[in-house]
Amino acid sequence: MSGARLAWKKFSRDRLAFGGFLIILALVLTALLAGVLSPFPEDTHKIHPATRLKSPSATYMLGTDHMGRDILSRLLFGARVTLVISIIAVATSLLIGVPLGLMAGYFENWISELIMRVADIFLSIPQVILALFMAKTLGPSIPNVILALSLTYWPWFTRIVFAETRSLKKSVFIEATEALGANPLRTILLHILPNVSSSIIVRSSIGMGYTILTAAVLGFLGVGAQPPTPEWGVMIAESRQYLPDAWWYAMFPGLAIFLVVLGFNMLGDGLRDIIDPRLRRSFE
Amino acid sequence: MSRGIVTFILKRIFFFIPTLLGLLILVFIISRVIPGDPAALVAGETATPEQVKAIRIQLGFDQPLYVQLGVYLRQLATGDLGKSLYSGRKVSQDLFDRFPATLELTLAAMFISVVIGIPLGIVSALKRNSLIDHLVRGFTVSGLAIASFWLGIMLQLFASMWLGITPLGARITGPVPTPLTGLYIIDSLLALNGQALLNSLKHILLPALTLSFASLATLARFTRSGVLDVIQKDFILYERAMGLPPKVIVYKYILRNALISTVTQVGLLFGLLLAGAVVIETVFDWPGLGLYAYQSIVLSDYQAILGVTLVSGFVYVAVNLAVDVVLTLVDPRRAEL
Repeated sequence: MSGARLAWKKFSRDRLAFGGFLIILALVLTALLAGVLSPFPEDTHKIHPATRLKSPSATYMLGTDHMGRDILSRLLFGARVTLVISIIAVATSLLIGVPLGLMAGYFENWISELIMRVADIFLSIPQVILALFMAKTLGPSIPNVILALSLTYWPWFTRIVFAETRSLKKSVFIEATEALGANPLRTILLHILPNVSSSIIVRSSIGMGYTILTAAVLGFLGVGAQPPTPEWGVMIAESRQYLPDAWWYAMFPGLAIFLVVLGFNMLGDGLRDIIDPRLRRSFE
Repeated sequence: MSRGIVTFILKRIFFFIPTLLGLLILVFIISRVIPGDPAALVAGETATPEQVKAIRIQLGFDQPLYVQLGVYLRQLATGDLGKSLYSGRKVSQDLFDRFPATLELTLAAMFISVVIGIPLGIVSALKRNSLIDHLVRGFTVSGLAIASFWLGIMLQLFASMWLGITPLGARITGPVPTPLTGLYIIDSLLALNGQALLNSLKHILLPALTLSFASLATLARFTRSGVLDVIQKDFILYERAMGLPPKVIVYKYILRNALISTVTQVGLLFGLLLAGAVVIETVFDWPGLGLYAYQSIVLSDYQAILGVTLVSGFVYVAVNLAVDVVLTLVDPRRAEL
């Protein structure tokens, strides 16, 4: 208990991590309460030709788009889309990447070699290009975006978990548990996993930011979420035709992406500083 | 060169082959195994069932997978990437023609990141906790959070549409300089063509700036932490105690040691810039590999999409190999790791 309290105290004092945490909290609340918060909740699907491309005003705080829909409302609902895509994609990558990394790190045989070689091959292609190719092959839809992102992000987890497991394996306490006759499964789950979990958490937070950016790119290029889904990347793609007059249409979805990714990056950086004070010195 | 370095480099080159083979097989699996009917993908969305059938037989998709893989690898070995549905030309020819544009954009972005990012990082580290330091740190955190395509659109909005000082897109207007390298800036310099030089510089400014943003932030950050690391080393303390002037310490000892990790980073960023170019080129209508990839996606020109994926993967792997080799020559300690 006191350990957790100490960690929280450290965490709440770290401006970077705590600021990121607050942004993410706001995002989650927004996504949950989008129906209540948005002034025009029906604007995810309804069109109003009469209020086309209105500039920001008291009624439409962030203006309206080319179908007369309130941009603020669509951004709030877009938070849902973004969160769903990135949470499922990162969770799936975790579920694939972490067990593989643990296995490859703990055992030292041809299977570990194989796992790491396959991970290296995935990492040898830029993720955006691989995800673009996969999403196009699978066909444009939100589930396929999630699949493409998960299948391209898992090697990052594998690589990190592998490296940490290998170095932990040489530590005295792991040797001791093995000498006491603990089976590999028990050693991995009870002794190694808890010790690599902090790196996994940091990587997940940074991965969320990265995944949100990549999902927006896929939406922007037309292989991700499809209109009329209020996905932020799609909204920016649609807005381009109406520039320079409807500047608000292009500007606000990008700011939303920026804020959210910033939140996850700050949290990830801050957590890394807290977990590894040695790194903190060099970054401060 | 010691034997250790030579072995290390040969080993790296040797490992290049299985990685490349793995890349090819990965792309093969995604293109032939994942989709229900790869022939329908290649034939395009408007094809009739008969056309799809003809393509299936023509490209050998009716054969068992291992036979297909063999044929596919043999074709790739001869540089055959198939034909583009849309342009009707060989995909390899299309890619070859468009590569210089992407290379020029990537190099320009790299130039901007190095020239601005490294000094920013150094100043920020030397003036630790000053206003400049806080600004640079804020910039490095936010630089990685911006969606590059949105940044590009915003720059277009301000500089091209509102102020009208830069063109909206494309590489050049008017006559193209005599092609030698395919890089317009270099070609116009070689031909002493001032007008073309100015024109192409004007065109490349916004896309290069947009593309460089994330790598600029990364470089500034790495440089800053590298310099801070070195400042804390004992030998710097010793030199201070010796009474060496601060300028000498900074230029001769701190920077030289700190910039090693930065140089590594420059190499790694090159690959990321190539990947980022895919998105930026579509925003600025820059006629390189990225725009080609985007157009192929819109037109569902599947052979072309496959070709771009393979070539960009290949370039990325090759660039990383080259960076590794060069760094080992510069800093032989790497070979011992």
